[in-house]
Amino acid sequence: MNDYSILIGGKAGEGINRAGSVIVRILSHLGYCQYMYYDYPSLIRGGHNFALVRASTHRIGTHRNAVEFLLALDQDTVDVHRWRCSDGTAVLFNANKVDAEGMGIPIDDIVEEEGGSSVMVNTCLIGAFGRAAGIPWATMEEVLTLEIPKKIETNLRIARRGYDAVEEQTPIPRQEAARHPILTGNEAIGLGLLDAGLDAYVAYPMTPSSGLLHFLAGVAGDFALKVIHPENEIAVMLMAQGAAYAGARTAVGTSGGGFCLMTEGLSMAGMTEVPVTIVMAQRGGPSTGTPTYTAQGDLHFILNAGQGEFPRFVISPGNIEQAYEWSARALNLSWKYQVPSILLEDKTLAEGAYSFDRDMTTPVGREAVARRDGGSPYRRYAATETGVSPLATVPLEGEVIKANSYHHDERGITTEDPALVAWLNEKRMRKEDAMLEEIDRLSPVTTAGDGSADTALLCWGSNIGVCAEVAGEAGLKVIQPIVLSPFPVQAFNTALENVTVLIAVEDNITGQLTRLVEGLGCCVDDAILRYDGRPFSLEELREQVREVVA
Amino acid sequence: MSRQLITDAKNTWCPGCGNFAIQHTLKDVLGEMEEQGRSLDDVVLVTGIGCHGKMADYLNINSFYAIHGRALPVATGIKIANPDLSVICCAGDGDAYAEGLGHMIFAAKRNIDITLIVHDNRVYGLTTGQYTPTSPLNFHGRSTPAGTVEKPFNPLELALVSGATFIARTYTRWLDHLRATLRDAIDHRGFSFVDVLQICATYYNMTKPYTARAYELEDHDPGDFDAACETMREWDYSSDAPIALGTFYRTDASTFDEKFGNGGQHEEERKEAIAALLDQRV
Ligand SMILES: Cc1ncc(C[n+]2csc(CCOP(=O)(O)OP(=O)(O)O)c2C)c(N)n1
Ligand code: SF4
Ligand SMILES: [Mg+2]
Repeated sequence: MNDYSILIGGKAGEGINRAGSVIVRILSHLGYCQYMYYDYPSLIRGGHNFALVRASTHRIGTHRNAVEFLLALDQDTVDVHRWRCSDGTAVLFNANKVDAEGMGIPIDDIVEEEGGSSVMVNTCLIGAFGRAAGIPWATMEEVLTLEIPKKIETNLRIARRGYDAVEEQTPIPRQEAARHPILTGNEAIGLGLLDAGLDAYVAYPMTPSSGLLHFLAGVAGDFALKVIHPENEIAVMLMAQGAAYAGARTAVGTSGGGFCLMTEGLSMAGMTEVPVTIVMAQRGGPSTGTPTYTAQGDLHFILNAGQGEFPRFVISPGNIEQAYEWSARALNLSWKYQVPSILLEDKTLAEGAYSFDRDMTTPVGREAVARRDGGSPYRRYAATETGVSPLATVPLEGEVIKANSYHHDERGITTEDPALVAWLNEKRMRKEDAMLEEIDRLSPVTTAGDGSADTALLCWGSNIGVCAEVAGEAGLKVIQPIVLSPFPVQAFNTALENVTVLIAVEDNITGQLTRLVEGLGCCVDDAILRYDGRPFSLEELREQVREVVA
Repeated sequence: MSRQLITDAKNTWCPGCGNFAIQHTLKDVLGEMEEQGRSLDDVVLVTGIGCHGKMADYLNINSFYAIHGRALPVATGIKIANPDLSVICCAGDGDAYAEGLGHMIFAAKRNIDITLIVHDNRVYGLTTGQYTPTSPLNFHGRSTPAGTVEKPFNPLELALVSGATFIARTYTRWLDHLRATLRDAIDHRGFSFVDVLQICATYYNMTKPYTARAYELEDHDPGDFDAACETMREWDYSSDAPIALGTFYRTDASTFDEKFGNGGQHEEERKEAIAALLDQRV
């Protein structure tokens, strides 16, 4: 197996994320499967940023600690990440700013001599990396031209000077493998929603969900998509339901704090039965917490948010293909059952970049919903066996459609009549049975690693990447529930068959999935919990699992 | 075929409540619109929560009975999804000016083509008599038994500085004026704001002072921003000054919704666009 890790670091504002993406694209052109972790503090200029790119001939979904290439634009990159290096690590650095051992390149001088601007320092370093990794110049030129929209001539000259300034050290050979598109989790979610017919996206910026807002706003023209950024998350949630009432398939996106503001509106969706899909990207909390670092601390909040009792889908994709596919499903499901669908992701997935294997996703498409039963007058909340009333949106010829946040009768007119209140509560909750039946058909729990092992790792969200790799090495099984509400008890129990030791792996301090499954009578033997905002690296989880299993 | 515009829902407003006047006036305006060829299938009423909100139950038109303070964002979503719809909001003064003030300012700022009718009884009716942002200074409400110590704000001025392009005030006892004003507001393209001085028979019955002090705006140029501002300031919702009724401000401007179409994308076209985007990312 060929497997390479490249760290590029510098100061915030030096375009490290972009530089990482360019490296990912170069290695992708060489036929590698990619994962990029981007680590940055919550500030715009000055702090230390780094991108960790991992390229492998195998499918990967996590980063490694050790690196084969260290690319330093600032001194911190060398000082902070020295521990990742071994004798074989190629250290390339900006000799005008950084004091280190390895291959120094006078990057500032080169950029000045070539008449470039300060952001082009990373182009020079990427050029140097290309040579150190033995990548043909033609590949470099091709990818740089694709990735850099502005001043390409200057950029190419600067990259070439970097390329010529160093020696080949650790060649990364070309692979005869399919090239995959590279997407962040947020982008895959956006595409999945589009696949299922998204008409409108409403959001207020909040890391780590903003990437989805920016992505959809950027491509809105190609998809006849309406993208709106209103005054706050309260408005976001309410606008989405107005739009859906008028027939637009609408999603919203936010992180924990914004979701707090959405809960009153979420509860309204529970009562009005207006479909809405919510992308909830977790970061460290409570409160403002660690805006740019990962966490899985909001599961129980999401499961229970909103006053009153109403069913909801909570879906937590863990890898890039799941992100695409389950986002499409989430949107369809929310329309089919007229309930909120919540896509619960974490920063690692949201902002991580991954190779997206199209062959591993089944196209979902826009699922039509039963518009109406044909009867007149139309009754928005007509009683049915499943509790799902035939849906129609305004305008409906000759008919009146009434949505109502109060308890109401079949037509949507307010009532406090005890029999009708009980009837509506039952109608609403009855939907959950049909929802559960539906998700049971969709493989709501995935497994990885050694299916016959009696020790299993239990994880959710982005941890599937690192868990699958560790389990693969150690001969363990991994169980990942993707749907968390309604909880797929049957599929989960099937996955647990023959498992005698269950070890939870979560990015929180209280073991939230652990508590959820224990509440269902499942016994979790041990938990590996991480709550420092950083995702597990391969080495870290490998070591912790070894300690627990021993 | 014209439809029955009042539902069979039991009416629970207090006798003498000004909401009846708004309800029946709106019914008449809708009936008139229908006679003139506007399909009421394309009209949507959005309400907040309060006595005013019951309009959603009582009028037999499309309605979204939303939550307290949030009628406008729901209305905005509807209008963006389908700009061909006529969207009318009935909100309370607690609703629009307290709980949901930010939404009003932003709806005005966007000049979205929605009509906001505020049932301004200057009290929280449904929660039994607390002060609102338009209650006068020293208002003895149930949460302020010793009298309020804060002055009201002037919603007309707020709407004006926020960018509303139609701003009017009317009164539930002036039925003809109410009717003409609501019709003009609905016909106006852009954000229309109507502050309706609504009698609350139970908690703040201002019939006598309003009837004594109300007068109709005359010789006023609604296109003149400065004149509008000055006229709005004559009465500050607290003093005993004369109360002008009429259209204070009216202007034409581009609307937020006009840049949104009313069509989605074909499934095939959508699939191709996704495939093309993925190809670009290779
Ligand atoms: C979030 C929230 N807070 C408080 C309430 C309780 N509440 C219902 S109506 C209302 C005030 C109604 O006053 P107004 O908007 O002026 O309407 P009116 O009854 O006077 O027509 C309040 C505070 C609520 N429903 N929701
Ligand atoms: S409390 Fe006031 S506003 Fe409410 S119904 Fe009675 S009179 Fe009308
Ligand atoms: Mg009121």
